[in-house]
Amino acid sequence: MLKEIEKIKAEAQEQLAGINNPKDLEAWRVHYLGKKSPLTQILRGLASLSIEERKAVGAAANKVKGLLETSATEKNQALHEVQLKSATQKESIDISLPGRPLSLGHQHPITQAIEEICDIFVSLGFQVKEGPDAEWDYYNFEALNIPAEHPSRDDMSSYWIDTPPGEKGKQLLRTHGTAVSARIVENMKPPIRTIEPSRVYRYEAVNATHLNIYHNMDGIAVDKNITMGDLKGVLFEFVRRYFGKERRARFRTDFFPFVEPGGEVAIECAICKGSGCRFCKGSGWLEILGCGMTHPEVLRRGGIDPEEYTSFAFGMGLERMPMLRYGIEDMRLFYNNDLRFLRQF
Amino acid sequence: MKVPIKWLKDYVNVTLPIPELAKRLTLAGFEVSEIINTGGSWENVFVAEITEINPHPNADRLRLATINLGKEQETVVCGAPNLTIGDKIAFARVGAKLTDAATGKAETLKPAKIRGVESKGMICSEQELGISDNHEGILVLPKEASLGTALADFMGDTVLNIDITANRPDGLSVMGIAHEVGAICGEKVTVSEITYAEAGEPLEKQITIEIIDSELCPRYCASLITNVKIKESPAWLQERLLACGQRPINNIVDISNYVMLEYGQPLHTFDYEKLRGKKIIVKRAKEGEKFVTLDENERELSGDMLTIADGERTVALAGVMGGINSDVTESTTSILLEAASFKATNIHYTSHKLGLLSEASSRFERGISAGLTIAGLKHATQLIAELGEGTVAKGIIDVYPGKKEPKPVTVRAERVKRLLGIEYSVDEIAKAFQMLGIECKKEGEKIIATSPYWRSDLKIEEDYIEEVARVYGYDKIPTTLIANEVPRPDANPSWELKKKIRRSLTGFGFQEAMTYTLASLKNLSNITATGKEPEPTPIHITNPMTADQEYLRTSLRSNLLETLAANQRHEEGGIKLFEIGKVFLTRPNDLPEEPEMLCGLMSGSRIDRSWLGEGKEVDFYDVKGAVEGLFEKLGIPVSFEASSDEGLHPTRQAGVVAQGQGKKVKLGVIGEVHPKVAEAFEVTGTVCLFEVSLKALLPYTTEVKMYKAISRFPSVVRDIALVVDLDVSNQQVLDIIKSFRQISEVLLFDVYSGKQVAEGKKSLAYRLVYQSAEQTLTDEAVNKVQEQVLKKLTQELGATLR
Repeated sequence: MLKEIEKIKAEAQEQLAGINNPKDLEAWRVHYLGKKSPLTQILRGLASLSIEERKAVGAAANKVKGLLETSATEKNQALHEVQLKSATQKESIDISLPGRPLSLGHQHPITQAIEEICDIFVSLGFQVKEGPDAEWDYYNFEALNIPAEHPSRDDMSSYWIDTPPGEKGKQLLRTHGTAVSARIVENMKPPIRTIEPSRVYRYEAVNATHLNIYHNMDGIAVDKNITMGDLKGVLFEFVRRYFGKERRARFRTDFFPFVEPGGEVAIECAICKGSGCRFCKGSGWLEILGCGMTHPEVLRRGGIDPEEYTSFAFGMGLERMPMLRYGIEDMRLFYNNDLRFLRQF
Repeated sequence: MKVPIKWLKDYVNVTLPIPELAKRLTLAGFEVSEIINTGGSWENVFVAEITEINPHPNADRLRLATINLGKEQETVVCGAPNLTIGDKIAFARVGAKLTDAATGKAETLKPAKIRGVESKGMICSEQELGISDNHEGILVLPKEASLGTALADFMGDTVLNIDITANRPDGLSVMGIAHEVGAICGEKVTVSEITYAEAGEPLEKQITIEIIDSELCPRYCASLITNVKIKESPAWLQERLLACGQRPINNIVDISNYVMLEYGQPLHTFDYEKLRGKKIIVKRAKEGEKFVTLDENERELSGDMLTIADGERTVALAGVMGGINSDVTESTTSILLEAASFKATNIHYTSHKLGLLSEASSRFERGISAGLTIAGLKHATQLIAELGEGTVAKGIIDVYPGKKEPKPVTVRAERVKRLLGIEYSVDEIAKAFQMLGIECKKEGEKIIATSPYWRSDLKIEEDYIEEVARVYGYDKIPTTLIANEVPRPDANPSWELKKKIRRSLTGFGFQEAMTYTLASLKNLSNITATGKEPEPTPIHITNPMTADQEYLRTSLRSNLLETLAANQRHEEGGIKLFEIGKVFLTRPNDLPEEPEMLCGLMSGSRIDRSWLGEGKEVDFYDVKGAVEGLFEKLGIPVSFEASSDEGLHPTRQAGVVAQGQGKKVKLGVIGEVHPKVAEAFEVTGTVCLFEVSLKALLPYTTEVKMYKAISRFPSVVRDIALVVDLDVSNQQVLDIIKSFRQISEVLLFDVYSGKQVAEGKKSLAYRLVYQSAEQTLTDEAVNKVQEQVLKKLTQELGATLR
């Protein structure tokens, strides 16, 4: 009997090895493990055997049955894998065909720059404030230490508008974003830290590097013990964040009527890395903003005591920032709104 | 301002290499925009003397010149007509780079045999040296040129081109820059004393000077030089003027320019003989007075312009330009020299009013120190006496009604630290001041500082603090971040709203545009089908530059439609644009109102063409979907209702309405652009537009939102197909269905009219989702509600089940 069991085992295993589809496997299972299979017959006939025989034959038959069942399961899994593999093979596609197009929109590079720069300053404790495009002469000039007949007005030729003058002078389209700072010092109480995106207007001929309508980004901080070191620190941090930590920055003396001491920040020319080229006019540096310690007269006009509080202010031409970052040489591109340009940002 | 280094060295030792000096000047506020080497490098060109001239053995027009270089001699062939024994000349050795007289190109000089005679070098013409186009003869150098010196050392110079900031008119002079260079190099500035002989009658007896308007002219100084010979200036003077970019004219004009460049003080010269009554009167012009300035233009003056008059008439426009009637000419022999101080704003006013900008006016309008007049006057007097061989009258006249005692300013060391964020001791501060010629007196932790006479910008403590920072260098200022507590920011809902709209719309595939805020009246009118001017009239620019930027925009539509038209010319697929920006509405007695608007446009195909097919052209429902999506993102429930916007298709437009505090508020419009408007802006195809007022929208964005719990109970879904009259709107059906609280969602999934339904009817198919927050709905309960829904639809809208 035991010999027979061994024979069944050998025969079943041999057949199983040759099976390569689920149908044959099922037939094999019925044949060797089904109700009518020889093994089942043997197990059923155990009762007629002696106790010793029963023990030995039963154990051997059950062992072979278990073995065959495990083999069948493994075979089944193997066959399934093979089948799946061949099925997925048949589903192969050309992955180089383009994807289903999504409709993609982009933010305008200027609003991107405005938001990004504001975010940098917001992270440094500044808050975004805006002011009117049409402005009184007072906030655009007088409050900023630029009285009538001041030569600085010549550098900021203005667009005037046909609206009646008021107590604060004539109305014009602001020539610089610093007008917003003039309103801030008048309307807010220290401590103040504001960042002010603005649209500005100059009565000037348009070319690749000058527009008559463009943007400024100004900022002002008023608090006890604000120093020029803080001004330099905040602006250098801005340069690091916007242009990257490899860009060197330079801080030098400059003059604006509304600050004293006055300064200017320049960044290293990306093209020549500071050695001087045509792009930076040989200087190795590109001026990006004007700044300084707010002139005490400007604070006083806003009702802030310059002995109690100190303040710094800065202002930059906004378009210049993305121009320097992306290497855009013609400022007019921003306002031509050609989709072929806008899609790149 | 062009500053030649050789001239600068007259006053101060330049101890730093030029590039380093330029860098330091730039950091100190005097931006060196250019370092110019005049005269070229002139390698292998030396000063030599002609010692012998012999005829050329084989050519009549050529000669052999022997030249002496000091230590050696050479003989060269030369064809120039002006060879003279004893003349100093520029001699080029083989290897020198010269401009070829025939071709104008740079060539390297090679040894040559000319008509059989070897020539090892060349005597150069101005053209060959690149100085001018003159090739008439050789360049003859001044006698003082020493033999064997490199020509570059003798004639060349380095010139710094410096951008001068508006507050530093003193920087528009070589002397002013010398003081800055002195401070940078730690060297003292020295000016040699000006002396000259005086003779004859005292000046007071020869002219009287009276200032009537001392506010506009605080100081007027004059000297008189007689028997002057007007002629060409000497070479050194001409060279210096040329290096500064000034064209030499004659000795008198040149001296006046030279001293202006030296001290920054503009001077004026009168022909003394032409001054009637031997008087100078400084007064305002008569209103409407006509006056012919030096440039031979007749100008009409006004009563607020300052003039210089003699006993009878106006002879100069003070600080701006002289008159033709008192001008110095070739025949002038006596010169009255003026060095005055005028009020900056008045000069600015006059020169701009007359459109007459002169070198003098551009300097005066920056506010020159009144302290400069005497130094400038004396040096010019001395030079005229010397170079014009004139006789100086005894004394000078100095009328100084506006004299102010120098106003000392207290500079606190503590304030220096507080402003700069870096501590400097009183001694360090004093040292910095002294380097700039600022007089100072120490008083404990303070310094009492007095401005040097040539500076006009040092007025308040902060001005002096800047000087400390400049001298020690802005690069020494530390970089710190503000140590104080961050001020508490205000909420800025409008800023946040704009950001949110940009995020949403770009997410929907809209491209943000940014157009100009100025537009033409024609375009602003063309945004309506009637083409009539907007009401109220847009605000006009007083001084427009072009017609297309003459008015402040009252709508974003015109510029955006132009943007669309321009892009349609090259874009194949669909275009979706939006802009957020201000419009400008006039307000009485105030600045214009500047509400912010959102405008969007859609045109072309819905989905870009690809291998997967192409989308259909956009229509009303695309723009509605975009706006619904936007408001969903903003969390503001809106509805749409009939509207009558004149710029939109009359039957394909809707108003966007929000429900707030029980009342309906119109937020904007959507619709297809009116065909006439589309035509006016040359846009093609169906163009859909939306426009939303951010001002109207803003109050809704601040409303607090509450969350709705998701029901734990299963929902029951029922589809119904209704047949209704064609004029029954979806909204009417929805309003009824949604009035049943058991229905949590409704979806319209089919709209049909055609053969399958009766004429004048349409079929609307809805999916209704029944769900309760409290219990599982039974089929029975759902059936009961559905019956009621259908009943109500039949009663109110005559709907039948299909």
